[in-house]
Amino acid sequence: MRRTVRLMRRTLLSCLLAVLVSAAGGALAQSTLRIGLAEDPDVLDPTLARTFVGRIVFAGLCDKLFDLDEKLNIVPQLATSYEWSTDNKALTIKLRPGVSFHDGEKMDAAAVKFNLERHKNTAGSTRRSELAPVASVDVVDPLTVRLNLSAPFAPLLTVLTDRSGMMVSPKAAAAAGEKFGAKPVCSGPFRFVERVAQDRIVLERFPGYWNKDAIHFDRVVYQPIVDATVRLANLRSGQLDFIERLAGSDVAGLKSDRRFKIDRIVEIGYQGIYFNVGKGEPGDKSPVGRDPRVREAFELALDRAALVKVAMDGEAQPGNQWVPPSNRYYAKNVPIPKRDVAKAKALLAAAGVPNPSVTLMTPTTSDAQRIAQVVQSMAKEAGFDIKIQSTEFASSLSLADKGQYEAYVLAWSGRADPDGNLQAHLGCKAPLNYSGYCNKEVDELINQSRTTLDPVQRVKLYEQIAARVDKDRPIVFIFHRHWLWAHSAKLTGLRTVPDGLVRVQGLRMN
Amino acid sequence: MLKYLLQRLATIVPTLAFVSILIFGLQQLLPGDPALALAGEERDEEVIRYLRQKFHLDEPLPLRYWYWLSGVLHGDLGDSVRIQRPVTDLILEKLPVTLQLAAMAIVIALVIGITAGVIAAVKKDTAWDYAANVFALWGLSTPNFWLGILLILLFAVQLGWLPASGYVSPFEDLKGSLAAMIMPAFVLGNAFAAVLMRHTRSAMLQVLSSDYVRTARAKGLDERVVVLKHALRNALIPVITLGALGLGELLGGAVLTEQVFTIPGFGKLIVDAVFNRDYSVVQGVVLFTATVYITLNLLADLAYFLVNPRMRH
Repeated sequence: MRRTVRLMRRTLLSCLLAVLVSAAGGALAQSTLRIGLAEDPDVLDPTLARTFVGRIVFAGLCDKLFDLDEKLNIVPQLATSYEWSTDNKALTIKLRPGVSFHDGEKMDAAAVKFNLERHKNTAGSTRRSELAPVASVDVVDPLTVRLNLSAPFAPLLTVLTDRSGMMVSPKAAAAAGEKFGAKPVCSGPFRFVERVAQDRIVLERFPGYWNKDAIHFDRVVYQPIVDATVRLANLRSGQLDFIERLAGSDVAGLKSDRRFKIDRIVEIGYQGIYFNVGKGEPGDKSPVGRDPRVREAFELALDRAALVKVAMDGEAQPGNQWVPPSNRYYAKNVPIPKRDVAKAKALLAAAGVPNPSVTLMTPTTSDAQRIAQVVQSMAKEAGFDIKIQSTEFASSLSLADKGQYEAYVLAWSGRADPDGNLQAHLGCKAPLNYSGYCNKEVDELINQSRTTLDPVQRVKLYEQIAARVDKDRPIVFIFHRHWLWAHSAKLTGLRTVPDGLVRVQGLRMN
Repeated sequence: MLKYLLQRLATIVPTLAFVSILIFGLQQLLPGDPALALAGEERDEEVIRYLRQKFHLDEPLPLRYWYWLSGVLHGDLGDSVRIQRPVTDLILEKLPVTLQLAAMAIVIALVIGITAGVIAAVKKDTAWDYAANVFALWGLSTPNFWLGILLILLFAVQLGWLPASGYVSPFEDLKGSLAAMIMPAFVLGNAFAAVLMRHTRSAMLQVLSSDYVRTARAKGLDERVVVLKHALRNALIPVITLGALGLGELLGGAVLTEQVFTIPGFGKLIVDAVFNRDYSVVQGVVLFTATVYITLNLLADLAYFLVNPRMRH
């Protein structure tokens, strides 16, 4: 009997031990979020970074002074509040207390000053132009910083929601110098572990994160998989939990699979057709570059809804401005024109070119090719003779920059503030003004919109700009793509912010 | 021997110099301004100016070549502009991956090709032979990327037996590495297996009708021994030469396979570098490859010299 009791006690103890061990094992098990990216990011230094996909990784790695919400409102992140001076030429920012970088250094006003100056002064910094109006930075107290501007600059807060607002450890940045991007040290929810070029970027949870309760994974692994089919196959086979940029043609197939969910966001960028209106030959000699009536006829020949349906599998929102119609800064006085082939023909006849020939340069991506083909067939009905010139992307940009084209299919990834989609593209001699467009009146209005902080006033200015640009049509804006995200149905907490970045805060695998 | 070695080494130097000029010169023919491609979406004038200055893009071509060459002579292939890592590190990181892929592909090609070739020859004009020929035709005419996607859909998505893409080092996890590489290696080796099958079949048919095989059969040897021991050994000589030559081709073919299966190898490195106009990576990788080929050529010549007494005189 005693033996039996002893045996039972032992068995019970072993069972208890097994349960405890397995529970401990469960607690120790690493939870990893695996994200499939459409491209391999470039250098992981916010000052030098240039790609959209790099910003997705930064969203897990580097916190910013401000962030955006689903409606593009500016919300605090490393900052807690801000205040403009009465002349709108100084922005005072209060910082979050108790924030530290991944190397244990303090994130304070001195660090913010260091970072903004680093963005402005580092050779090759891609942040310099965004922060050009910031003349100097003052440390008011350890948790307050003041940005002194040369002139009021409305897009500044939005600029600080992106890489210009990302803060890196001053100590690590000074030590690493030019090589900082190889091992970045920020203050985001996850810290850098390793990067194998073209294979993976691994981040691990930062225990000292100020908002650690919102983090429910131990690791995040970003894997660049360029081919959309293979990216999706990885999701379906369970190797990835989330993929960005699902192909529109794959939506129908995935929708019926209950294991996955699709999220759809209208991008902040646009797809447009640029015309060479002021960059010399061949634009000068081409009817479409020379005469705005021909460009109007071109636009009237397009049925945007049909184009979106055929070329994009319906995964885009038709548009005719630099921001989508759903954006608060969309100019409602210039609505999307309906297709009118008869009017297009009449305009061409009035211009004296009933059958204008246009060479349409197109990057070799499948989306751009399909857009060009649909545009070609639609414009043909109005009398246009469009020749498609497929050119590898970097080469096409170079040709566009030199003005060696007539018309060009080009997408812009977009910026949260409308100015980022406007000034650089339509301002006189602006860096992305491939059209060579220069209208002093538009330029003046754009400058006013940049210095006007009141959103209501800005909308009024954009209405004037849209009306003027609509007469000249250096760019025919066609649509705004949907960011398509596909992920495991168990993954919850995703925030669909129109900038297309994956915020890891609040993400959880149920 | 020493004189021959010195003679051969003396030819290597001008060859490498010529190759380096060719690599540098050809790259300049790539359309598109590298500074523009590297400047990113914003195209800040300052950044473009800085990049031109940093990479000497605004200086005359011979001077740029000299800057690059003096770096190479000091063992510095430069840094990747895109991800700020030394090109040498990238090469050393990617090369073993592609070598593993090519080696596995060649093993698969040899096993499938030789087996199918032997069966087709032994069972000439039977259903086996026709099946092997159909397989060969299929292997030669199936595009790599299409077969790759189909295999991914079947084995990764539908059956869930293998990972859809990616790479695991055999030193980290041997089983995981084999699982990740088996599909790409099959895709890469598949077309080559078809070539090997055709060659094995014709070589076997020739050998099987030769006198010594007839004698072996007349001696009453078991057919299996005749085929595998007497015939196959001789038939394999040209096939093995072909297999060795094929390794080079497979390394080239790995570019597409690496793209489909997202394997971070040599092929993917150079393709991405060309598209991103990451010139130092392109130059470094091509120069490295050329150097390896030239060195292997030299070693082969030396081997001939050692093996063939006539060459020594």
